[in-house]
Amino acid sequence: MKSLQEIPWLDQAAANENQGLLHPRRIVPWRLNLYRIPWLRPLIESRWPQFLVRSLTLAGFVFTIATGLSGSIVGSHNFAIIFVWIAWWSALKLVFIPLGGRSWCSICPIPLPGDWLQQGGILSKGRGLGLNLHWPKRLKGSWLQSSAFLLIGLFSALTLTAPRVTGWVFVALFGLAIGLSLVFEKRAFCSYICPIGGFSGIYAQTAPVELRVIDKEICAKHGDKSCYHACPWGLYPVALRDSAACGLCMECLRACPKDNLALNLRPFGTDIGKARTANRLDSVRSLDASFLALVMLGSALAFTAVFVGPWGWLKSAAFAIGSLRWVGYAAAFLGLNLILLPGLFSLAVWSDRQSSKVRLPLKQEIANQSQALLPLGLFAWIAFTVSFALPKLGYVPGVLNDPLGWGWKLLGAGYTFWSPDVSGFSSVLQIILLLIGLFWSANVAWRLADSDYRRAGPIMAFCLAFSLGMLWLLIG
Amino acid sequence: MRREVLARLLIILLLSAAIGIPAVAWGKRSQEIVVHARMAETGGWAPENLTVPVGEPLHLRLTSDDVMHGFAVGQSDQPPVDVIPGEMTDVTLVFDQPGKYTFYCTRWCSVNHWRMRGTIEVTGPTTTTETVKPPLYVTLGLDIDTQHQADVIPAQKPSALRGALLQQSLPSVYLNREYYLTHTPLELWKALRGEQTLQKFSDQDIWDLAAWVWQLNTTPQALSEGQQLFEANCAACHGEKGSGNGVFADQLAQPDTENQTDMQMGEKTTRPVDFTDPVAMLSASPAHLQGKIIRGGMGTGMPYWGPIFTEEQTWALVAYLWTFQFEMEVKP
Repeated sequence: MKSLQEIPWLDQAAANENQGLLHPRRIVPWRLNLYRIPWLRPLIESRWPQFLVRSLTLAGFVFTIATGLSGSIVGSHNFAIIFVWIAWWSALKLVFIPLGGRSWCSICPIPLPGDWLQQGGILSKGRGLGLNLHWPKRLKGSWLQSSAFLLIGLFSALTLTAPRVTGWVFVALFGLAIGLSLVFEKRAFCSYICPIGGFSGIYAQTAPVELRVIDKEICAKHGDKSCYHACPWGLYPVALRDSAACGLCMECLRACPKDNLALNLRPFGTDIGKARTANRLDSVRSLDASFLALVMLGSALAFTAVFVGPWGWLKSAAFAIGSLRWVGYAAAFLGLNLILLPGLFSLAVWSDRQSSKVRLPLKQEIANQSQALLPLGLFAWIAFTVSFALPKLGYVPGVLNDPLGWGWKLLGAGYTFWSPDVSGFSSVLQIILLLIGLFWSANVAWRLADSDYRRAGPIMAFCLAFSLGMLWLLIG
Repeated sequence: MRREVLARLLIILLLSAAIGIPAVAWGKRSQEIVVHARMAETGGWAPENLTVPVGEPLHLRLTSDDVMHGFAVGQSDQPPVDVIPGEMTDVTLVFDQPGKYTFYCTRWCSVNHWRMRGTIEVTGPTTTTETVKPPLYVTLGLDIDTQHQADVIPAQKPSALRGALLQQSLPSVYLNREYYLTHTPLELWKALRGEQTLQKFSDQDIWDLAAWVWQLNTTPQALSEGQQLFEANCAACHGEKGSGNGVFADQLAQPDTENQTDMQMGEKTTRPVDFTDPVAMLSASPAHLQGKIIRGGMGTGMPYWGPIFTEEQTWALVAYLWTFQFEMEVKP
């Protein structure tokens, strides 16, 4: 993610444009610009529909904190646990990310108060508060997001089951988001800290939605850069090479006076499978994204082992925070994510590089090849969600009936919990999901290796080993 | 500008609802008594001491914060109810006598299950002047903590049915209830063995006669009630067959020294008593067993049941304990 000043080729782009070197405006194949659909356009153009949805998610978020802190301490009967970790999590993993990329970011309530303080108003701009400092260069990239996700993993057994802890974690996230927006410019929390933003971002590259400039020529001629100034994320749409950083807030579409921005439907996985050469690597993808992709794989394994696996001792070790057993769990979890998976993957990339004719630096090869991990990671999380969250969806009406666990009967007196029985088809479904992920990843690896099986082999083997591990944990 | 005001109003309205609904509910909640049940290790009942004036209804909303518990009030006819995690069980209690009542957990929730007890102080003018009668073992001056061992034990389990066939030869002095309550089966056996009229009987016959005397002092109904009480309250440690191997027995025999709560409670526990062991059982009197039940084991982990069982229930339980030694007729 770069701010305008940091995009090295930008001046060059204008120069190229002057020399008539840019491609002429053309219709991009396989794209459907949703912003040009007559009935959809007003819904995006007006800030109200999005604002209404966001004000509801904000109220829901605050209600979740309130119920988490004051409601029943029994997780399965508390709105906070069921709505966040079952309903929202399922929606995020099964719908928002695979079909919409960072679409959750477009309605996420967490950055709202910070945005309003920064711009001094909700819909209009006034005198904003805050220091508007630049985010420190050393902390850029997704390293902090990876760390935040690892931190969640360490305490997941408690966070996902204890309503009080969920409540306080949310208070902390909310406070951090507001605090950072008063110190730093734009959405520092979303861009560099939020773990959900982190993994939504990497998997958004596989999703069939993108926000792109239609014609760069028009942008080059347009001196105001209204879109850049409107973007709460500090992005310049012309510079978007993939969808990892764009939060789909639609502000640039609203700001562009030339109607030169498109919200496109596109084929799945458009952003991945293209090897990047040295000078293009700097744009977005670097080792931080590779590390995040590996952390997501490791966490999928760990979460599945703890929450779905048959080992009671593992569950209680993950739960007994601070105890010696938990320290063991934490060491294993961190070892898996910081040493084992990065080590194996680096080894795979290294042996891939050995049989390559053009040898790029190893770091860059790792960054390139890690694209192949994205489809597999996405589908591993979907498969985990199918076995973790779907059987518990039956609790959702229950907590609507009695959100605080105080014996309310909002939906009627005789309401009983039902639990959908997914045991029959879920293992078949999980195999299918993992197979899709594996084949898609193998395909990406194949393309990255220029269809050379000796080169793609090690990465494919890594993906296969991960799939088998995941399959063993899920189905056993 | 109007749009901005509208947007701000909407946000204020929604946020007030999001905070207000739980807050109002929280306020209303305090008017009822919500009693939270947790395993004794993590706090037991909260609140654990309740007060209510005599004759006035006490509305309780019971919920569990961990596993399934049960709720019952000692020495009352109130049927026990289950206390389920995350659900509310409503109970209304009315007490017609002032005094201190004990409520307790009726589900084997943990090894310290029996520690889940609380009190209900029922206040009001005392209507009866009935003085509390000390339990029999106190009146008798029985030391129920001494070691007791039978030096003679039967070769096979004595049968009340076989004893009944020999009954006409039994001197009537052994048949009154006072004798039964205050003597051990061994004492009865030795006394009968010394009777001239019973010389012709074998040792086993005399044991059968003793079993018959013991059965005579109870009823099939009482035995059945005793069995229910035993299975609900005692079997967790003493085992369903009375042989001292209930589900918590091993934990009691080897208290987990790493477990802080045990150490905090200053508890040293021992293996639960085996009621099928004739050496110990035949040298104990009903008064002795009743004393153990109502007072508890003092440093063994055996709870006290005085505030929970009525006197009738205690005697029914004592009578049932003898079925582990004697073949007796228990009403199914």
